[in-house]
Amino acid sequence: MKLDAKIPEGPLAEKWGRYRAACRLVSPANKKKMSIIVVGTGLAGSAAAASLAEMGYQIKAFCFQDSPRRAHSVAAQGGVNAAKNYQNDGDNAYRMFYDTLKGGDFRSREANVYRLAECSAQLIDQAVAQGVPFAREYGGYLANRSFGGVQVKRTFYARGQTGQQLLLGAYSALSRQVAQGQVQLFARHEMLELVTVDGQARGIIARNLDTGKLERHAAHAVVLATGGYGKIYYLSTLAMGCNGSAIWRAYKKGAGFAAPSWTQIHPTCLPQSGSYQSKLTLMSESLRNDGRIWVPIRAHDQRPPNEIPEAERDYYLERRYPAFGNLAPRDIASRAAKERIDAGFGIGPQKNAVYLDFAHAIQEYGEGAIRERYGNLFRMYEKITGRNAYREPMMISPAAHFSMGGLWVDYELMTSLPGLFAIGECNFSDHGANRLGANSLLQACVDGYFILPNTISNFLAGQLTAPAIGPSHEAFAAAEQSVALQLGRLLNIQGQRTAGSYHKALGALLYDKCGVLRSREGLQQAIKDISALRADFWQNLKVPGATETVNSELEKAGRVADYLELAELMCRDALAREESCGAHFREEYQTGDGEALRRDEAFQYVPVWSYQGPDTPPELVEEPLLFETVSPTVRNYR
Amino acid sequence: MKITLYIWRQDNAQAKGNMEKHALNGLNPDMSFLEMLDVLNEQIITAGGDPVEFDHDCREGICGQCGLFINGRAHGPLAATTTCQLHLRHFKDGDTIYVEPFRAAAFPVVKDLRIDRSAFDRIIQAGGYVSARTGDAPEANALPVPHRTAEQAFDAAACIGCGACVATCKNASAALFTAAKVSHLAMLPQGQPEREHRAQAMSAQMDEEGFGHCTQTGACEVECPQEISIAHIARMNYEFNRGAILKP
Repeated sequence: MKLDAKIPEGPLAEKWGRYRAACRLVSPANKKKMSIIVVGTGLAGSAAAASLAEMGYQIKAFCFQDSPRRAHSVAAQGGVNAAKNYQNDGDNAYRMFYDTLKGGDFRSREANVYRLAECSAQLIDQAVAQGVPFAREYGGYLANRSFGGVQVKRTFYARGQTGQQLLLGAYSALSRQVAQGQVQLFARHEMLELVTVDGQARGIIARNLDTGKLERHAAHAVVLATGGYGKIYYLSTLAMGCNGSAIWRAYKKGAGFAAPSWTQIHPTCLPQSGSYQSKLTLMSESLRNDGRIWVPIRAHDQRPPNEIPEAERDYYLERRYPAFGNLAPRDIASRAAKERIDAGFGIGPQKNAVYLDFAHAIQEYGEGAIRERYGNLFRMYEKITGRNAYREPMMISPAAHFSMGGLWVDYELMTSLPGLFAIGECNFSDHGANRLGANSLLQACVDGYFILPNTISNFLAGQLTAPAIGPSHEAFAAAEQSVALQLGRLLNIQGQRTAGSYHKALGALLYDKCGVLRSREGLQQAIKDISALRADFWQNLKVPGATETVNSELEKAGRVADYLELAELMCRDALAREESCGAHFREEYQTGDGEALRRDEAFQYVPVWSYQGPDTPPELVEEPLLFETVSPTVRNYR
Repeated sequence: MKITLYIWRQDNAQAKGNMEKHALNGLNPDMSFLEMLDVLNEQIITAGGDPVEFDHDCREGICGQCGLFINGRAHGPLAATTTCQLHLRHFKDGDTIYVEPFRAAAFPVVKDLRIDRSAFDRIIQAGGYVSARTGDAPEANALPVPHRTAEQAFDAAACIGCGACVATCKNASAALFTAAKVSHLAMLPQGQPEREHRAQAMSAQMDEEGFGHCTQTGACEVECPQEISIAHIARMNYEFNRGAILKP
């Protein structure tokens, strides 16, 4: 596999402008004749499908949910970053670029990150024009708050439901195009295979989840906007249906997979309370604007939190990172929490949590102000735990959340497989080894609204004379047959264990060996254990029902089968990276005081894995990271 | 905890359904209602049976995909709570619980507790948007929106599209769902240019989908997990009449 990131020439701030000035266009008459498949209808997918349809392309949009509006972007709480400098606090595109690059521990491309910051302001304009009701000041202008890893206020928000409101904006734009006949919508459809012809993506095989029938869909290009694979840990902040199947099947068809082990464990989630549990709900990072994190100064202190006097509390983030305090980036906050919990200072019935305390903020601003800022989060906390966080501190714990890794893409967001694009969380591009809060919504929107519409046209302009390929082409027949075979295989095992039980076992294994902390020995063991679990899965799985009907268990089984393969690649990637960077913390590589030890001399590259077949280890290809504008420094939040 | 469940089973939209009894033991009061159904399905599958299909995804009350009629109430006994946020601590040990899908002619059953709510998507497609193309947008702060207006618009925009309003309404009316979108966009300056057309078009689609009319019983507001007020229905009616007079 050869990788060319296709970074435009020129100074950082001019690259995107130069690209747009030079990229090829498709005429209106030709756009009408070209079709694009967009898989996923979250922020990236809906934004892309709507924008491409507005331009005149014929779009087919797919989602496994029963409506595009339910994609998991909907659950993002805290906000979206943009370098508007409305607060007059010295913000600009360069500063945002630097914060993001540094937050990612200098493991992302300068040009991509700068473009993200550069396009951020335009996104706020776009969302407001759609009618997204962002929070406003009394004068009527837009309000901002802070998020982790930065010292300016650049986060725009809509109470604790920013993702929902942005998604409903994109969904409304998509709905308008559906009404105009520019988008054909396929809800309750799951992509099960990518179809390639002569090494180029030309369509997909999808399963209609209501009838169970397999369908062939052909197009001039395929866009994956299928989100992250954090649900691989089973207990996570993600939705039950979130999966890595689309990108995994694309990987097996030849698309490179970048940095699979860069997965983010979010510091502020609800702790696990029992083995039946299906998810760990996120409590927005925005809470760290006003909440203070602490544990008792004495280990195994059993007193209720309100009875522990101030002098006997350890505000460990403020102690260790005085400059950023409770707003230290996620990877650092999660590690610090795990360090305290593992050392015996954890609180709660399972001793697996830390306190997030609002008493000071309530005293300072009043309960009303806190209610307006975070009311829905406090309410959600009470619903799930039965506790009132206005009266006692919240109990929080780290949980799997975001995947920085994903399909490798070049500057044009095209994977290493021509004609296959990946946007939003399912690609690896902008966040390096750790994503900053409120940059996820931003990246998904910017990829979908502003970048892909330019870059996909540049690709399609070269496809005008390409031979027409329809769903009757033999490549579609072969792909459909392989999907049917796999579905049949899953159903025919008829063993003893459900897909869910394998998923839970895999998740527990990954939390233990490839979570917040990783070690050589642990990862080597994990690779063996995953392989054994996978073998058992194919021997002893039990899937009830049939293919040609509604069958949630069959859907789950297919996703878990893919997770069992992806998990091994995650561990291989974590094992190969003998350094600590961002969310990837190798116990062997830390400084004397327990901070991450990055090894730029050996690992300043993006690891990209290339599939070599079922019984051959994948090949590792390196994309060197060149820093022309900044020089990587040791991340310091003290 | 011990719970006896009567669950609606139905093969498809055409099939005749029935209630099926299941007994569950050893449940934890901190378990969510849907986690109880996970446990039930695990039990059914292990015993060689056909698991219960139900809608769910985010399990944090925001995607709007879950929705069960529990003991005769949409999303169960709690106010302002989706099914996924309902926990067993709100039931008593030994309780018998009746679980049914959201029922409405416009929401056909797909299987068991799973329903088809694509009618809601078509209502939005009829006009629940601002026609702002990508690239059209002016500077976001060019048009100030008073804090209060933005907050009121948000109250309406918070709708998660779950359909509890329809399920609980004796007329199976989608008035609250439709009004939430009409009202959200009518209050904001961005929604003004298409205001006259929007309420008319969305109401017409609502009728076409087979939803009933609103007779102002207020049941929808009681069950709405996002606490959307029926004042928005009043605003929709105003917008509808205004649109009829000031035809675009």
